[in-house]
Amino acid sequence: MEDLKRILVEHPFFKDLHQEYLELIVGCASNVRFDAGQKLFTEGTEANEFYLIRVGKVAIELKVPGQREIIIQTLQEGDIIGWSWLMPPYVWHFDARAVELTRAIALDGKCLRTKCELDKNLGYELLKRFSSVMVQQFEATRLQLLDVYGNRS
Amino acid sequence: MATDPKLQTIKGEYKQNPMIPWPFQILRVKRETEDTFTLELQPTGDLQEFQFQPGQFNMLYVYGVGEIPISISGDPLNPRILVHTTRAVGIVTKAMDKLPRGEIIGVRGPFGKPWPIEKAIGQDVVFVAGGIGLAPLRPALYDVLAQREKFGKVVLLYGTRTPADVLFRQDLEHWRSRFDLEVYITVDRAMSGWKGNVGVVTTLIPRAPFDPRHTVAYVCGPEVMMRFTATELIKRGVEAHNIYVSLERNMKCAIGLCGHCQFGPFFVCKDGPVFSYSTVKDLLVKWEL
Amino acid sequence: MKEGKTVNACLLERKHFDTLLDALKVRGYKIIGPIVKDNAIVLEPVESVTQLPIGWVDEQSNGVYRLRKTDTPTLFNFTVGPHSLKQYLFPSVQKIFMTQRQGKSTESTVDEKVERKKKYAFIGLRPCELAALHIHDMVFIGGMYSDPVYQVRRKDLFLIVVNCTRAGGTCFCASMKTGPRAERGYDIAITEVYEKNQHYFILEGGSDRGMSLLKELKQGKEIDGRVQKVQELYTKAVQEMGKAVETSKLKDILAQQLEHPEYDNVGNRCLSCANCTLVCPTCFCSTVEDVTELSGASADRIRKWDSCFTLDFSYIHGGPVRLSVKSRYRQWLVHKFSTWIDQFGTFGCVGCGRCITWCPVGIDITEEIVKIRG
Repeated sequence: MEDLKRILVEHPFFKDLHQEYLELIVGCASNVRFDAGQKLFTEGTEANEFYLIRVGKVAIELKVPGQREIIIQTLQEGDIIGWSWLMPPYVWHFDARAVELTRAIALDGKCLRTKCELDKNLGYELLKRFSSVMVQQFEATRLQLLDVYGNRS
Repeated sequence: MATDPKLQTIKGEYKQNPMIPWPFQILRVKRETEDTFTLELQPTGDLQEFQFQPGQFNMLYVYGVGEIPISISGDPLNPRILVHTTRAVGIVTKAMDKLPRGEIIGVRGPFGKPWPIEKAIGQDVVFVAGGIGLAPLRPALYDVLAQREKFGKVVLLYGTRTPADVLFRQDLEHWRSRFDLEVYITVDRAMSGWKGNVGVVTTLIPRAPFDPRHTVAYVCGPEVMMRFTATELIKRGVEAHNIYVSLERNMKCAIGLCGHCQFGPFFVCKDGPVFSYSTVKDLLVKWEL
Repeated sequence: MKEGKTVNACLLERKHFDTLLDALKVRGYKIIGPIVKDNAIVLEPVESVTQLPIGWVDEQSNGVYRLRKTDTPTLFNFTVGPHSLKQYLFPSVQKIFMTQRQGKSTESTVDEKVERKKKYAFIGLRPCELAALHIHDMVFIGGMYSDPVYQVRRKDLFLIVVNCTRAGGTCFCASMKTGPRAERGYDIAITEVYEKNQHYFILEGGSDRGMSLLKELKQGKEIDGRVQKVQELYTKAVQEMGKAVETSKLKDILAQQLEHPEYDNVGNRCLSCANCTLVCPTCFCSTVEDVTELSGASADRIRKWDSCFTLDFSYIHGGPVRLSVKSRYRQWLVHKFSTWIDQFGTFGCVGCGRCITWCPVGIDITEEIVKIRG
């Protein structure tokens, strides 16, 4: 547990978070490991956790009929994956697959959700941090959508 | 290397008349990707060598078809072979793509301001390339690696559309194997099975190993990509005047006489194509400038 | 008038005006001057004084150019027509080189005509046109690279300017400080005086060859006392100038107002026909065309005037940068009054008013500047 706590404290995502909230989050955390090719989660299934990648690489994929899955984004060491646990209907919208051996910390979103409802300050702190991650990804997605290297004609 | 971008290495009539192309012979045409190819050219006649500085460009003339600006993508330390990499997208480049070995192509140049490599001496160097933008940066990479000891960390961040669009694979493999150069590649989209990164090139910036306070960055790619990249570099702590971008505008004469490539107060052909980001950042966000 | 210059001045009676043309011919010059053609005053070869627009007066306003014949037999009582020096020094169509090919070898050669020296004397240029010439010198031969065509044609010009004693309805040279009297850059400056049945010209030498030519002319009697008279004529021209531009801080204002809403307004009226850039004596943009002979044995590269008002002008891979008309109008206006100063150290406008006169919808650059200045 001490090891987990140290990792979480040092991670920029949890920077300056209240000690009591950290304790609470550590209580919801566990070490996980995924082999190359193994899925972290699958589209359409219940979203009850998020991950903080310690080592490895994870691809966010989308199934398209008639072709192989499209990789929308890859995430790696230090990145946070998953925010579907935050908002109803708490269902994954994409697949996440380990590209290589990946070690991560899984955080129990279902447990956190309940705690956030009870303590709005915790809810606000977490939402603030997640919106920052979301905005970054949203900006990257916009640039990706421009398809700047493609033919403009 | 020549310090003066004038046509001093070129002899005879060409020196007096910068509008007349010099004939070069095609030594080799190398396919890079589905729509991208590299031409290796050799000067003919009295001209033995073609000296240039990284970041400069030439006007390439296809007999009877037309002339277009293309940046030089070869090694400045090997002036006997002139190398250009381009995409077959317009009338001239498509015609160029069909030219066989041995054919003659007209060359005017070199033109324009180079990447100011000397500014990075003693500093970390970050190259950020987007798509075909790796081509104008390659001479600068060769140049930096040839005098590697003068620089701190050297990082190449390269983003392109798909894994199939990755240019200069041999070079990249070689560079990746070096211990004194960090290479990160990402693509905008890929199919499952691709082991590399997926995401726009700007996403590589936060995790790349360089000291932002002592970094000079050379950025080349589509204008939008360069803007986003510069913003991300600044966010990381790199100063705007230490970021260099290479702009593209319609260049016809390449010597500041035809007026086409104007960008605000600048003639991109002679005041650029390489500009400090701090010089152009306000102009880049004006509509249709 | 400066003390030194009057010494090198003389008075030429109207009846002896031919001697000026003769002196030029003797020196081997081909004379280009104003003549009436297609209801406009244009610059064409002139052999004798009778070809000049005797008695013709022009009326100009926004989108309007009319010639009117009067009974007064003046030679130069008009302002500027659609032509300027640029037609001669920067031809609208010019072969740059020809490439010939035999088997796999190709050889590019410069057209002989480009190199051939032409010895031109221009008569009847206006002070604003001399200012435009000076601007073109900076563009074409003042930088790191010189335009070979301009360089050859620019040499050995004999320039006879006619100072303006009457201003046109679209003139604003007084604002741009380029007229109505030429300060420099001429070989001979003429001021025409017509009063009380007296018709004569005050001629001033502006160069050694100009002054030496003056000596050969049949001199009129006294010149003293007439100096004051011509000074009054210039003042009158300034007073009747049809347009004006406030130039103070204009460079910075325009650079800061790139997204001024007036550009939307003018962009809606502008037809992007490029007339303004074609008649402008300082516009210098060009494009090139490649023309191949049918057999494929030779290909010519031809330079043609281009305009920043065309869609193609700013084309880069994927499309034109300046897609909207308003962006093209802005490019032109801001270049003339702002970025030109960054590039060449002067305004790119000489206040000749041609762009206002020849605009088919009468867009007035001076009015646009007033609106953008706010």
